[in-house]
Amino acid sequence: MFRYIVRRLLQMVLTFFGATFVVYALMFAVADDPLQALVGERPLTDSQRLELTARYHLDDSLLQQYWYYVKGLLTGDLGTSLTGRKIGDMLADAWPVTIRLSLLAVLIAATIAILAGVISGIRRGSLFDNATLFLTLIVLAMPIVVLAPLAQLVFGIKLGWFPATANRDATLWQLLLPAAVLASLVVATELRVTRAAVAENLRADYVRTARAKGLTRSRVIGVHVLRNSLIPVITLIGVDIGALMSGAIVTEKVFNIPGVGFNLFRGIRTEDGPLVVGFVSVLVIVFLVVNLIVDLLYAALDPRIRYE
Amino acid sequence: MSDRLTEPAVVTGRPRSLAGDAWHDLRRSKVFWIASVLIVVVLLMAAWPSLFTSADPRDCVLSRQHHGPSGRAIFGYDFQGCDVYARTVYGARYSIIVGVCATLIAGVIGLAFGLAAGFLGGWLDAVLSRFIDVMLGVPFLLGAIVLAKRLSHDPQSNGVLAVTVTLGVLGWTTAARVMRSSVITAKNQDYVAAARMLGAGPGRLLFRHILPNAMTSYVVVLTILLGINIASEATLSFLGIGLKGDAISWGIQISEATGFVRVVAGPLLWPSLFLAATVLAFIMLGDAVRDAFDPKLR
Amino acid sequence: MTDIRAQLDVLPGLDPRAALLQVEDLHVEFRTRDGVARAVNGASFRLNPGETLAILGESGCGKSVTAQAVMGILDTPPGHITGGRVLYRGVDLLTLSENDRRKVRANRIAMIFQDALSALNPVYTVGFQLAEQFRKHRGMSRRDAKQRSIELLDQVHIPAARDRINDYPHEFSGGMRQRVMIAMALALDPEVLIADEPTTALDVTVQAQIMGLLAELQHQRNMGLILITHDMGVVADVADRISVMYAGKVVEEAPVHDIYARPAHPYTKALLESIPRLDLKGRELNVIRGLPPALTDIPRGCAFHPRCGYARDICRQDPPPPAYQLAPHRISRCHFIREVLGV
Repeated sequence: MFRYIVRRLLQMVLTFFGATFVVYALMFAVADDPLQALVGERPLTDSQRLELTARYHLDDSLLQQYWYYVKGLLTGDLGTSLTGRKIGDMLADAWPVTIRLSLLAVLIAATIAILAGVISGIRRGSLFDNATLFLTLIVLAMPIVVLAPLAQLVFGIKLGWFPATANRDATLWQLLLPAAVLASLVVATELRVTRAAVAENLRADYVRTARAKGLTRSRVIGVHVLRNSLIPVITLIGVDIGALMSGAIVTEKVFNIPGVGFNLFRGIRTEDGPLVVGFVSVLVIVFLVVNLIVDLLYAALDPRIRYE
Repeated sequence: MSDRLTEPAVVTGRPRSLAGDAWHDLRRSKVFWIASVLIVVVLLMAAWPSLFTSADPRDCVLSRQHHGPSGRAIFGYDFQGCDVYARTVYGARYSIIVGVCATLIAGVIGLAFGLAAGFLGGWLDAVLSRFIDVMLGVPFLLGAIVLAKRLSHDPQSNGVLAVTVTLGVLGWTTAARVMRSSVITAKNQDYVAAARMLGAGPGRLLFRHILPNAMTSYVVVLTILLGINIASEATLSFLGIGLKGDAISWGIQISEATGFVRVVAGPLLWPSLFLAATVLAFIMLGDAVRDAFDPKLR
Repeated sequence: MTDIRAQLDVLPGLDPRAALLQVEDLHVEFRTRDGVARAVNGASFRLNPGETLAILGESGCGKSVTAQAVMGILDTPPGHITGGRVLYRGVDLLTLSENDRRKVRANRIAMIFQDALSALNPVYTVGFQLAEQFRKHRGMSRRDAKQRSIELLDQVHIPAARDRINDYPHEFSGGMRQRVMIAMALALDPEVLIADEPTTALDVTVQAQIMGLLAELQHQRNMGLILITHDMGVVADVADRISVMYAGKVVEEAPVHDIYARPAHPYTKALLESIPRLDLKGRELNVIRGLPPALTDIPRGCAFHPRCGYARDICRQDPPPPAYQLAPHRISRCHFIREVLGV
């Protein structure tokens, strides 16, 4: 197990450097005039040019530049955005609301997915099952760019049940609508995985044994089937947490939530290279760490899995 | 010694092949037919938009801004005074073209990488898998945004090439993984070992035995990927990084309409509906085909 | 602490003098997309305490379905019990409520299955799955249940029971796992144990050990044992009586020695002749030509007639041969018993 963790950590490091280098290269390497790419549309004076060239080591090769960047990262210095603010501060500002939004979304998605998935799995082919499958298909297929504005229109504006936007210090109630929209990204697959796992486990041999042991139906399902069925979906939920944190861009934009995605998007739009690379680097780390935790969780839940 | 007074009659039947069973199920699936009809309609719309509307989507007159539905423009006019219905119909063309091309690119790259990694194995597989891991380390939307922004620096272009390349280059990873695992599964089957024992070379093994079995799931993945790519193009266009200039896209329409949604809902609703229906159709189709071919669901 | 036995003893119709288990003319159908599969078509047999009845037959002859119907664990769609009675000490189990039926399971009649790896829940320890019986059916505390579980593992000769109680099923070898399953079935001291192909998934030496264990435990507890198998070799040492099943019917039933020495049904005879024997070395193996019938399309008359060397016209027509009684405990469903016996 220990060797496995070490191997995974090494892989993570490799992936981290690979992924951040790709993003770094994309932001800085492709333009003709890297300085212009850095500052976007604004014109540059000669003295600014000199200063920026020195600051960002633009006379050095791309790899060297990347190296300087990594050195900064390792010391905790994410650099300075082109707007002048320290990226670390911006991140600290934006994270809390994104975390609250993602966790709320995951909670909503998991609750619906597990409850409806278990019932559908038990009663396959029933009206409930078919209706649920149909609804999840719609939600799965509906792009977030459709769902988010529509939800805001219908529930936020026309019906007025929920506030149409949320700010940085938003309460849970204000985050509810955007969280529900965000949840739609993952609830469909989670539900289907639960349903498939329950349906498959209901036909398993150990269920026949449990019934032969004279156990009640509720125990057979609630204790024996459920424990086996939840393994795949819990690991999926873990992965989804990581995915949602980075995927909230559209939702945050539509509902005007100044979270990580929103700021990141603005940084891309204004071609704020350091900001983009900084935020993406942190997101990649979060994503990788979450994936590692999920894999360890999987081993903890399923005794047959023992990593070497 | 058994008596040989009579020759016993042996009972035989004709078993159906997996493809035969699958087609039998598909034919009876409502989902399959609905999806297919929708897709055919959208494809027609993309190929011959004039079949559906005689109006010019670029004929925009500001004085008609936000007028409601009328006889000539059944969905009304948007904030620039363009006919919403016409724009929606012509938008299908861009969405389909981008989606199909991106999926083709992703499909080809994924096929090559997945096949190589799965069939050849060894260090090649290890390297390719790590490479895929790195690419997957960058969340899809972020990578797409960054890449699309980078590729679309030319203010003259309408962004079609940039978006297509972006989606193709970022979408092949999942397809490659699926192909790789299908190839590995097929490679380990007994019938491949049997073929090898009968003297089949790697080429024959690959094309006669392994590929046909791997292709079914691959096509399903690509169908679903097509739906996802159409949605992703709309997302990128919505964020302002996708199609631009004189290109017409449902994503652009939605993006423009959200600003005015308190004034009039039509310009938001109609492209949203078309987009959702198209994406839904492709995903439904892929789903139906996958379920029909899955022997475990019998 | 509830005593299930006391509850069961007031089951209506319970008759201590009746046979321990008696199945009468059981019919089970499966309604599928391709038609109705008649899996069991009038199976009958009887079992007394201390007896071992072997139910023998090819795959698909209905023996497992019969066992599941007796236990009440058939998948009810698509399976349906369409006739017959299952009498436990005189009480027709098929008429009981599901709750009463459930209490009979494991307390009075228990069952073990073929593949212990898939028959045990992979995510719970062996101790948990054993103790569950004591906690749920006898209301014992966790500690007492655990103690009893360890004793059970000892009874089935699993070494270091105290340590192994916390292991998971996949951490045991095949033979050990089967012992665990036996222990689980015997936890509540049932009077009947149904063993559905208990040794088919094991290799030969382990098979012998498990059969020996079953015999020992049966003797200790004076249980009735129903052994379901397709392996004629396994059965000879262990069984008192054998019922041979074909296409959902019992075609011959006899004490074990009689069946091996003088089979009275063409199917039994063909089965015996197809056992490979060392003294027939060098000659072609005998097989029974053809395949068992699809249960959706069972031949008219005697179901075995398409494959039978003795078949005549009467065999091909309805009604199927009745159960001719040759001796007090021998029956055979064949019109031409005398020919088969060679008299």
